[in-house]
Amino acid sequence: MHAEKEILFRDSASKALLDPQLRANFRRAMDGLITKRRNQFPDPRDLQDLRDLSTAIRSRSLLSLPELLEQFEANCTKNGIQVHWAETCEQANELILGIMQAKGAKTLVKGKSMVSEEMHLNAFLESKGIEALESDLGEYIIQLDGETPSHIIMPAIHKNKDQIARQFSQKIKDAKYTEDVDELTAMARKVLREKFLHADAGLSGVNFAVAETGTLCLVENEGNGRMSTHVPPLHIAVMGLEKVVARLEDVAPLYAILTRSATGQAVSTYFNLISGPRGTDEKDGPREVHLVILDNGRSRMYADPQLRATLRCIRCGACMNHCPVYTRIGGHAYEAIYPGPIGKILTPQMEGVGVRHDLIHGSSLCGACSEVCPVEIPIPEILVRLRREATHEDVGSNVLGRGTGRTAAEDWAWRIWAGVLKRPALYRVASWFATRFGKALPAGAPLIKNWTRTRTKPVPARRSLSERMRAEGGSHD
Amino acid sequence: MSDKPTKVYFYGTCLVDLFFPDAGMAGIQLLRQAGVEVVFPEGQTCCGQPAFNCGYWEEARDVARTQVALFPKDLPVILPSGSCAGMMKVHYPELFHGQPDEAQVRAFSARVYELTQFLVDVLDVKLKDLGEPVKVTWHSSCHAVRDLGLKGEPQALIGQLSNVELAPLSRTHECCGFGGTFSVRQPEISGVMSCDKAADAEATGASVLLSTDGGCLLNVNGTLEAKQSPLRVQHIAEFLWERTHAR
Ligand code: SF4
Repeated sequence: MHAEKEILFRDSASKALLDPQLRANFRRAMDGLITKRRNQFPDPRDLQDLRDLSTAIRSRSLLSLPELLEQFEANCTKNGIQVHWAETCEQANELILGIMQAKGAKTLVKGKSMVSEEMHLNAFLESKGIEALESDLGEYIIQLDGETPSHIIMPAIHKNKDQIARQFSQKIKDAKYTEDVDELTAMARKVLREKFLHADAGLSGVNFAVAETGTLCLVENEGNGRMSTHVPPLHIAVMGLEKVVARLEDVAPLYAILTRSATGQAVSTYFNLISGPRGTDEKDGPREVHLVILDNGRSRMYADPQLRATLRCIRCGACMNHCPVYTRIGGHAYEAIYPGPIGKILTPQMEGVGVRHDLIHGSSLCGACSEVCPVEIPIPEILVRLRREATHEDVGSNVLGRGTGRTAAEDWAWRIWAGVLKRPALYRVASWFATRFGKALPAGAPLIKNWTRTRTKPVPARRSLSERMRAEGGSHD
Repeated sequence: MSDKPTKVYFYGTCLVDLFFPDAGMAGIQLLRQAGVEVVFPEGQTCCGQPAFNCGYWEEARDVARTQVALFPKDLPVILPSGSCAGMMKVHYPELFHGQPDEAQVRAFSARVYELTQFLVDVLDVKLKDLGEPVKVTWHSSCHAVRDLGLKGEPQALIGQLSNVELAPLSRTHECCGFGGTFSVRQPEISGVMSCDKAADAEATGASVLLSTDGGCLLNVNGTLEAKQSPLRVQHIAEFLWERTHAR
């Protein structure tokens, strides 16, 4: 989906910073996740070995993506899974609507799926008179409040227990107020059980798609994914086209590093392998399985050798857990489906670098994200590349909106900057003035004003190093 | 040992040049103390990192080229900055990829070292502490560690000082919020990050926060000063020099 209006990250981030409860919620949650992940990888060499292997598997899969997708489609079809392709989110939505209408399906229970968030599927189905209910507990919580996920793994991580208790007591029929976590969970379970039993269709995402077997792999902890894909007569899965790997044996290492990086679990509670509809001799399972494969800008990323690395992502969320910016503002401030570091490179590539110019600059390039990424996506490098795309039309790429984030003022600033710094004589004069009069610069001057909101004004030394070395003489070659 | 270099170039970097000249001088003295002759070519300005990080590569290249030209001889180039060393060592080859002078720039990049890296890994210096007992803390700059790949060399040097206690920060690897233009483009987030870093440093009970990066030092120092904290910041070169030479 291509956004029309420029979205200013700085504004929404500043607003988020003003909410101390939110900041505390995120800091506590992220610190916990960082610790849990660290405990899963006591030996740095083992971790690196597993990262190398995972990166290699994802890179290798992407290298032959078109062939793997074809093989995957053929094997899915052989297994009785009906495969559909969608270039845009609109197309994907229409496809799902069509599948449901053909079966006269009116209600849908959903397992967690970021791709369906990308498509704004719930709102679309509701506008067509179909009820779509989120069955992942976190997703259920935010759906009750009409919110979007603030984290790709833990969608309701921005809320604390009290907030959820209040919300449940108001929004769930016949619910009483309680802050007991078990009771709260039981409340949601009661509602969801009903829905699982009577929904016409179930929807799920896909963590890994195996080409050689035509299998969909689903990682989950609550069992709701299994209920969504197994109980209703119709199962619809959605996935981005990058999710495919060649062999079943590719899945094991990716799975191992996914759960460890995400929640610090060695394994998840459930791991579902779905290879088709209910067989003739089977007692349960859906009668029909459909798979919608979405592009939404992914083939554009695929076509670019550097940006392709973006598609290695296995959506573990470790980059956001470790990101000092995300930790302080939470996911909603990004005003994007995918928040945090991966969102900062994914969103501009999906929506255009111009409208997302400010988002690309919302990073100190500290590299905490790429340091933990299990598939070694060089996020800072890609960010810098996208900054270049945003300000230059002529990089020779196919990035959406390239050059549209450019301003005359910034152009001039860099030209002047380079003009001075490539001429030592000019720099010498400039630095002479800076050291003599730098103190006199008002703290309210542009740029300095931003710096001095929380800091004192930096004051240059009285004599620069070059000047001192010149005075010392002797040491020149 | 005979294979240790006896002559090196020193690259001051713009932040050290303007804001931390004492650190630059100290770096040069430390090298001399280790028996190395230091050449400081005139005409040094900036490594070009700000423009590179913002996507203005032509401008970054213009500036980078004038800098590379200052270091023609096959001598190590030593920088008292992890971030700028990372730029010159790791990002120059990327910046000059496909340019006519790529090979020349690559050869230059291969000669680049951050100061503590050179002192430990190449010169294997042994320091003798002449100072009073003091407790310090160390801020590892993101670029020094994650870009350049510093592997605890500064901490190793501090560890050689018998009267210095090193108290670790509780979130060692978290960015201080400087990030070059990030600090002025996103002042609100950057401000919160640097306040947290300052508080973390204060909580260690150290009296000095050390780093090898001028940007981080400027950032945290400004924050500490704004809250009138007794904690002060210092570049590691200056600290090491103060402690190891007789006054
Ligand atoms: S970019 Fe890496 S760390 Fe972030 S979600 Fe994707 S795989 Fe995980």
